[in-house]
Amino acid sequence: MPSATALLPYVDEFWRDQIVDRHIDRYPFTLTSYPPNSPLSARPDWRQPSGAPAGDLDAIRRQALDPFGSSIAICNVLHGAVALFNEDMAMALCSAVNDWVAKELLDREPRLRASILVPLHNTELAVAEIERVAKDRRFVQVLLFAMNEMLLGRRNYWPIYAAAEKHGLAIGIHAGSTYRHAPMASGWPAHRVEDYIAQSAAFESQLLSFLAEGVFQKFTSLRLVLIESGFTWLPNLLWRTSKGWRGMRPETPWIDRSPAEIVREHVRVTLQPVDAPKGDARTLTQALEHIGSDRMLLFSTDYPHWQFDGDDVLPDGLPADLVKRVLVDNPTETYPRLREGAQIGDNAATQKEAVR
Amino acid sequence: MNIPVRHATAAAKLAIVDCDIHPAFRKPSDLYPFMAARWREHMTTYGEHLRQGLSGQLQWPRMMAAGLRVDAFPDEGPPGSDLELMRRQHLDANGVEHGMLMQLSKGGMEERNLEFAAALSHAINEWQLETFVKPEPRLRAGIVVPQEDAAFAVKEIEHRAADRSFAQIIISPRSSDPLGHRRYWPIFEAAELCNLPIALHVQGFSGGHASTSSGWPTYYMEEHYAATTGMQNTVTSLVFEGVFERFPKLKVVLIEGGFAWAPALCWRMDKHWERMRSETPHVTRPPSEYIREHVWFTTQPIEEPENPQHLAEVIEWIGWDRLMFSTDYPHWDFDHPQHTFKFAMTETQKSKVFRDNARALYNLP
Amino acid sequence: MKRQVVARAGDVPPGECKLVTVAGREIGVFNIGGQYFALANRCPHEGGPLCQGRIGPLVTSDGPGTYRLDRDRELLRCPWHGWEFDIRTGQSWCDPKSTRARQFQVTVEAGEKLVKGPYVAETFPVSVEEEYVVVEV
Repeated sequence: MPSATALLPYVDEFWRDQIVDRHIDRYPFTLTSYPPNSPLSARPDWRQPSGAPAGDLDAIRRQALDPFGSSIAICNVLHGAVALFNEDMAMALCSAVNDWVAKELLDREPRLRASILVPLHNTELAVAEIERVAKDRRFVQVLLFAMNEMLLGRRNYWPIYAAAEKHGLAIGIHAGSTYRHAPMASGWPAHRVEDYIAQSAAFESQLLSFLAEGVFQKFTSLRLVLIESGFTWLPNLLWRTSKGWRGMRPETPWIDRSPAEIVREHVRVTLQPVDAPKGDARTLTQALEHIGSDRMLLFSTDYPHWQFDGDDVLPDGLPADLVKRVLVDNPTETYPRLREGAQIGDNAATQKEAVR
Repeated sequence: MNIPVRHATAAAKLAIVDCDIHPAFRKPSDLYPFMAARWREHMTTYGEHLRQGLSGQLQWPRMMAAGLRVDAFPDEGPPGSDLELMRRQHLDANGVEHGMLMQLSKGGMEERNLEFAAALSHAINEWQLETFVKPEPRLRAGIVVPQEDAAFAVKEIEHRAADRSFAQIIISPRSSDPLGHRRYWPIFEAAELCNLPIALHVQGFSGGHASTSSGWPTYYMEEHYAATTGMQNTVTSLVFEGVFERFPKLKVVLIEGGFAWAPALCWRMDKHWERMRSETPHVTRPPSEYIREHVWFTTQPIEEPENPQHLAEVIEWIGWDRLMFSTDYPHWDFDHPQHTFKFAMTETQKSKVFRDNARALYNLP
Repeated sequence: MKRQVVARAGDVPPGECKLVTVAGREIGVFNIGGQYFALANRCPHEGGPLCQGRIGPLVTSDGPGTYRLDRDRELLRCPWHGWEFDIRTGQSWCDPKSTRARQFQVTVEAGEKLVKGPYVAETFPVSVEEEYVVVEV
């Protein structure tokens, strides 16, 4: 992730002055969600010698791309600018991050693609940034976080989805929080691990919001990708929402078919973390059957977060005929921009990584 | 989807325990005889002080008939207020041998004025006894206590615990802090000492936080679902604050919160507990083990996957001894005992879910 | 198949339902714009008293935030879980292929054509002007 100093060339004179004069450049803009030294934030062998989780391009190549034979990897920079309250400052920094990514990562490594970071607090600014960056075809999705000030399906965010749909960008919701609300419906848990576990429930709430508000009825070709969300909670959501829909339909009559169908068509989830008992192939296979679709899983490493050891990225129980779908077909179907000018081998992985 | 006749007859002969029945007031003043004059006065002058914008009504209106079964309306009063109708339509008709009452409102769990909450709690417990349990021995009450006032809650629990008319302690899972927080521990201590389960029924009233981690939902469809994410949150807190370590005999029942989410949450908790173990050394065992030992789930509203066998697989993961049948009478998403499960169950499974698990947990005769 | 008179045509006002028992079964007879339909009073979902549910037009939408009533489609909402059934066909609105309320054949016949049965004998005079609702079970 770029330091504030590294971003200085990418902001205008006014912001350069602000950042330096107010000592903002001494801050790392780390999200509370990922304390740098916590075991989750970086696998030990993926930490920089300095102790910082991941960072330089060389490490990304050696550790995230080469071992998995990835032809393409999507980077998500989880920059804390999104948590600032000042909309204009957040916008300036998000823009700077996007430009830094293009120059320092995408220009230098043709296998990399990226997500557009936007300031959610101001929809107009977010749309302006999407319009600006979408011209660069190496950006394939708009990055949002799982816990925000308002549920993401709400109509006030729809201009963002319109822009994304127009430019063939997916909407990617990544684990993480700006902590505008407590992470739980009953408040603030004591431990980091509890906040992290609560992320999956946050994804469920977001998905319900997209379904209930009719986002997919309005934006019929929009794809939603849930990143670092886990996926074994999906069957319960599909069953519960589909049953509930039959009785609650008149309040949201634009939902014209079973929510399970809508999710299977429009929503994707990344592979890591695999929230299933380790080494228990049968259970994972059953859970995948409960999900009822072979289109939904997208290969990911979640580099540099510590979700698996060694090269053990594919869990036991992933049926053999699903592997190619997960590695190649599902991602390329989800992100149409990936096919542009890329060399994607048959066995090559297309992956998502978090760059903290 | 249509009901297979072969399953319909099976549960008809079985006497069942219904772990979630909702009584109701015929009129609000039904509670007054059980309150001191000062609090009657307070109730009529100021009313309840809750954490929501609308007074006396839910901000996500329920579907059809305010969320009640249309066929459960007595001549006078709302569904659940007429014991005769409840007997005829439900207890007798469905072979309910024991029914657990779940009084959700006006018991002080959601009341901001803690003195008033104490008065409400006392009154609601008396009201349950006089109106339902004394005339109808098949029913059991729950000791409703305001969880935000642990000191009072403990006193009320100790006062009622010896009375076997009360089967459990009812607090709100939508508390002001996650329920694992130490300030609730005196309540768990009392529950463990008295050997009464803690009952967490889905709540419509906020304890001070939005029902999701990104604020308030727009539609009832979302709010309905938030009951399950809220339960997941609560369970996570109980595990990671070490409540089950500290109170090894504590039992917790999750009511109307669904159960099919439990295996995935357990797997997720186990995985990340292991990774971040140094943060919570007091949690000495994998979270899923605590769930298996300390937590029970009621069945309603049952999930209905396209392939009913998938639900059987989920229950295998949870354990057949952890599930207890409930109807949620007289609410709209009522589950009928004969038609709830759409896959073949063994006799043992049926006995456990419809009766024996509850009998064991609640020490029923 | 057994045909039984269940009501006089005027007994069931338009937009309403009359519950009757035929051959031990509870059946709801509906009058939708002068046409009669009969459904078993038993929801195929969990056996709820379907015909005690509310009759109303189908709610549709042209997109999020819009609401339309289609008065040509009368739906029955089960009083338990609110599942919607097309009164004319018995089909579940949400699962047309897999869920269906049990339907019975209904005809309206002139009184003089009918064989005298217990209903007729019990309460209503037979005359050429009277029309009777007959359900086939």
